[in-house]
Amino acid sequence: MRPEWKDFVGGKWETEINVRDFIQKNYTPYEGDESFLAGPTQDTKDLWAMVLDLSKKEREAGGVLDMDTKVVSTITSHGPGYLDKSKEKIVGFQTDKPFKRSLQPYGGIRMAEKACTDNGYTVDPEISEFFSTHRKTHNAGCFDAYNQEMRACRSSHIITGLPDAYGRGRIIGDYRRVALYGIDRLIEDKQAQKDSTGRVMTDDVIRLREELSEQMTALKMMKEMAASYGCDISKPASNVQEAIQATYFGYLSAVKEQNGAAMSLGRTSTFIDCYAERDLKNGTFTEEQIQEFIDHFIMKLRMIKFARTPEYNQIFAGDPVWVTESLGGMGVDGRTLVSKTSFRYLNTLSNLGASPEPNLTVLWSTRLPENFKRYCAKMSIQSSSIQYENDDLMRVTHGDDYGIACCVSSMVIGKEMQFFGARANVAKCLLYALNGGVDEVTKKQVGPKYRPVEGDVLDYDDVMSKFVDMMEWQADVYVNTLNIIHYMHDKYCYERAEMALHDRDVKRYFATGVAGLSIVADSLSAIKYATVKPIRDEDGIIVDFETTGDFPKYGNDDDRVDLIAQEVVHKFMTAVRRHHTYRNGIPTTSILTITSNVTYGKATGNTPDGRRKGQPFAPGANPMHGRDTHGAIASLSSVSKLPFKDAQDGISNTFTIIPNALGKDDKVFVGDIDVDLSK
Amino acid sequence: MTQGRIHSLESFGTVDGPGVRYVVFCQGCPMRCAYCHNPDTWEINAGTLTDPEYIIEQYNRNKSFYKGGGITVTGGEPLLQVDFLIDLFTLAKKENIHTCIDTSGITFKPGNTEYIKKLDQLMPLTNLVMLDIKHIDPEKHKELTSQPNDGILAFAKYLDEKHVPVWIRHVVVPGITDDDKYLFELGYFIGQLSNLEALDVLPYHDMAKPKYKELGIDYKLKDLKPLDKSVAIEKKAVILEGIKKRRAEMQ
Repeated sequence: MRPEWKDFVGGKWETEINVRDFIQKNYTPYEGDESFLAGPTQDTKDLWAMVLDLSKKEREAGGVLDMDTKVVSTITSHGPGYLDKSKEKIVGFQTDKPFKRSLQPYGGIRMAEKACTDNGYTVDPEISEFFSTHRKTHNAGCFDAYNQEMRACRSSHIITGLPDAYGRGRIIGDYRRVALYGIDRLIEDKQAQKDSTGRVMTDDVIRLREELSEQMTALKMMKEMAASYGCDISKPASNVQEAIQATYFGYLSAVKEQNGAAMSLGRTSTFIDCYAERDLKNGTFTEEQIQEFIDHFIMKLRMIKFARTPEYNQIFAGDPVWVTESLGGMGVDGRTLVSKTSFRYLNTLSNLGASPEPNLTVLWSTRLPENFKRYCAKMSIQSSSIQYENDDLMRVTHGDDYGIACCVSSMVIGKEMQFFGARANVAKCLLYALNGGVDEVTKKQVGPKYRPVEGDVLDYDDVMSKFVDMMEWQADVYVNTLNIIHYMHDKYCYERAEMALHDRDVKRYFATGVAGLSIVADSLSAIKYATVKPIRDEDGIIVDFETTGDFPKYGNDDDRVDLIAQEVVHKFMTAVRRHHTYRNGIPTTSILTITSNVTYGKATGNTPDGRRKGQPFAPGANPMHGRDTHGAIASLSSVSKLPFKDAQDGISNTFTIIPNALGKDDKVFVGDIDVDLSK
Repeated sequence: MTQGRIHSLESFGTVDGPGVRYVVFCQGCPMRCAYCHNPDTWEINAGTLTDPEYIIEQYNRNKSFYKGGGITVTGGEPLLQVDFLIDLFTLAKKENIHTCIDTSGITFKPGNTEYIKKLDQLMPLTNLVMLDIKHIDPEKHKELTSQPNDGILAFAKYLDEKHVPVWIRHVVVPGITDDDKYLFELGYFIGQLSNLEALDVLPYHDMAKPKYKELGIDYKLKDLKPLDKSVAIEKKAVILEGIKKRRAEMQ
């Protein structure tokens, strides 16, 4: 056994790249409470004060403190950067100094230029010229291949938020591999993969060989970048500090080269814990030191930044990076995957204070240890910064070494990846069905010229059948647009760092998404259970509705409408499944417009449910605001009826509640009456 | 089965008994507490007539959410509809659902044997009563709620006899129910109850104001500011002193 692996239990992981096997053989489930945790060290406090100061300066400067306008970002493009070298236990920034945003033009030069100009900077003209004339970008590739219909759908927003001008993101490298194996071993493995490709040089094989070469280049660059910080990651990490540092260098390489819509971290805590336990046992480090390494790691993750435009920030409501880290969950063997380091990660919310990034996501199971559940609840109340996802649901599909990309997209770490596909606006699609493909806002014929609905009252069966036809068309143009996007992204903006930390043959999910589900469900319910009269404008286009009578509304645990929502998701997914997908991606759908619901609403006319033109959609699979009148459980119950098998990329429900409504905040009812009479 | 007159149903109650609870708001109340936060439940012959079966069915649909919780009937005054409660709780007990009544105790009249017979039937079906004692002093109680409190205090003793676990609730309203003398007396009174499991002292809030405006009812405590939680904790200590004293005497 290699010296770095001393005291670990061996297994398959020694002879093949298999991080899960390593974790399973070496981790220590933790069922205790949080009393072992350590607070922040002085260095942590000092560094965090510097970060807060820089954040303040950044806000005062209008949102951006510094941007690189000359150097195209690669893994090795920038020399080392520090906050305070003497205090940082985990090092590394995207550029040569903190808070300086990197220049990433491969997704699209115009987007990169605009991100600069909107923030008061100008991209070096030579770079602009180079990426306009000599080196094509992903964005340029997409527009070369789009047809007229795709362009029309894009501008009318019936398909929307497409990653054709920005990085698609949503790919999680198995950054743990850098720590466990070291770069040299990973390169060897990649070389062996390249040697194992077929001999007949079809398109697929050529592409794979080229990609594997790119991946090896990325690995070499990671080593070089780490060396510039004085770290040797050619070999496996030999203690917990090195393991965290190596994992972070893997992740850092990804964010140096990709400004993706979500750049998630994976599932690292219990992996790191194997090292932490060993070091504690051997007396290499104390609890306080280990917490300090983790605090500094999380601090770095909080400082990941990208150059983005105000429009981008509008779609995503802010400037999110989605550094999602998945914590906890249960193993398929019944042991919990909660470790002491799962606690330590959450403890950063105390040591550094609350923060939306990294997006700490607890994989929730009813069987999680009670102490962990209680700690999560406590930290949620304290910080409002924890996301929860249903491990019992996802473990069935993905096993016990999956992670979440972005907010809900689940994938097995290092073995599965996703082609992110933005969303289809199904509310608008319903209006197209009523108007025979004419856009209700621009009055242009965007969709196919099917027969519009006739008569003075909308008939459910008639509308439903026209809607299903229109969804078939929408899915067709949507999937094919995405086929172009992912082809071009692979070609001009390939994620070599992330893919270097994947197996050779990855399972690719071809993600799609729907926006406006609750509007469609309520609209169809109104048509079915109330009387909806369409109001036509002078051109005969339906622009408004007059609804009389009441109708069941999605969000009240009422099957009459909840089953309509279920049916719409199923029909949409069926339509998507009919199509060829790029690289044989497995089609999935999400219902998770967490933040972009406002933008989608702006582009959509009046709907039969009573929503007015321009009003926001409900986020994700949420019921429309104020229509769920039977309390949270009835509302959640409606959402939970949506079939996961038809929306495997995730279903989100944004739920806000004031802490007092979650119950008594102290143990009011416990023990008070056992009055101590001696006092 | 007797139908209930229901004001509304809430699927996610977290402050009306242990755990997450399905909460049934009954319509109708004889009290007119100055700080009532549900004035829309006062009117007696209003509400939606609802079958007990429907409520159990709604509960069962989502029962995985209610682990450690159950059903709470509140209002309004649920004990105005005792026949309905008997039917509802009979069904609930068949399903092993935890049952709780949140009441002011105002309907209890020691002489009313027919009513007490019904209560005798209901109590074995009831896992918990949350009894809200508004004021320990008879005169002050009448000023505050328009009703006397002798029946309420008798009800507390009745629950003790029936061995029904009870949580006492008390709202601390500045200038009205915050006098230490009376709080101590309240504690002294409930100190004698052997079924007492918890004491929940709530600070006054004015979140119901918009409801009053909507209903066109004059809000009597207009100028009163919400009470800080820390005061409620202090006042709780005073009540606990009373409990201690009574318990020491009883030893």
